[in-house]
Amino acid sequence: MTLATLLLLAAALIGIGLYGALSQQSFVMLMMGLELMLNGVMLAAVAFWAYSGAGAPAGQLLTIIVMAVMAIEMTMGFALVVAVFRGKQADTTESLSGLKH
Amino acid sequence: MTESMNHGIGVDIAFVLLAALAVISGWRVFRTDSMVRASFFLLVSFIAVGAIMILLAAEYLGVAMFFMMAVEMTVMALFMVMFMMNPAGLNPMNMVHQERIAIGAGIAGFVVLGAMALFAAFPERPLPTGLDPVRSLGLEMLGDSMLIFESAGIVLLATMIGVVVLSSHRGRYGAAAEGSMPPGLAPGGDPAGKSEEDEEAGGGHEHHHH
Repeated sequence: MTLATLLLLAAALIGIGLYGALSQQSFVMLMMGLELMLNGVMLAAVAFWAYSGAGAPAGQLLTIIVMAVMAIEMTMGFALVVAVFRGKQADTTESLSGLKH
Repeated sequence: MTESMNHGIGVDIAFVLLAALAVISGWRVFRTDSMVRASFFLLVSFIAVGAIMILLAAEYLGVAMFFMMAVEMTVMALFMVMFMMNPAGLNPMNMVHQERIAIGAGIAGFVVLGAMALFAAFPERPLPTGLDPVRSLGLEMLGDSMLIFESAGIVLLATMIGVVVLSSHRGRYGAAAEGSMPPGLAPGGDPAGKSEEDEEAGGGHEHHHH
């Protein structure tokens, strides 16, 4: 377990998450991709804190802020899913073309 | 935890296993037919990362991750059951668009970030001996960084208000679902449901009276 291996793992999680966020049609699956990316970001932040940051407490705080961002992303995403479903009874990104030019 | 940087072989083995678990379950999220199973695969990935955080001496963050993700993924599974057409995976499902671009972007992201991990010269400043990570985090959150911590709380409050506004049934200009129609099953096709007037009065211009 070194900084390089931890960052490689974080990069893999971010890559998989990016694939999911770009490829999934269902809103909730798309959000799962975003969450997986944030998962990698949090792991990278903790790895830097432990190996490069000399245990500066602000490094852990950054991870907590990312967790808050994740909770916000999740709740706003679900609220938008509910709003879109009310308006269009749709649950895939393809069904929304209102802002398409 | 004072000798966390001089860890034994057990920590390395645990890390390799947890890393493999995190990546494989993360990949399975987008390869399983069942959307509920997908959310639990994501939960497994998060728990593996949380365990790695505990290996890195960030006990508080690791355990917070367990709690937060267990609840979050349960909520996600509930939403899958409520909204999605195939929550149980009874039919094979592969709902993707622009898959080549997505695969390319994912691989490119991994290669760029992985090259940074391998070739960048990050400073080597491990945890000092005698550091109590949980205590130092608590002192930071309620000390120097209190403004940041409190701001996160305010943002969460604003999010709660926004979520209630977005998801409430009655909007500012009347009922949120008024006049809404489902999209067609085929592009440009007839709506896949009936409008409310049709159901109540039974008098749609394209439908027979019933």
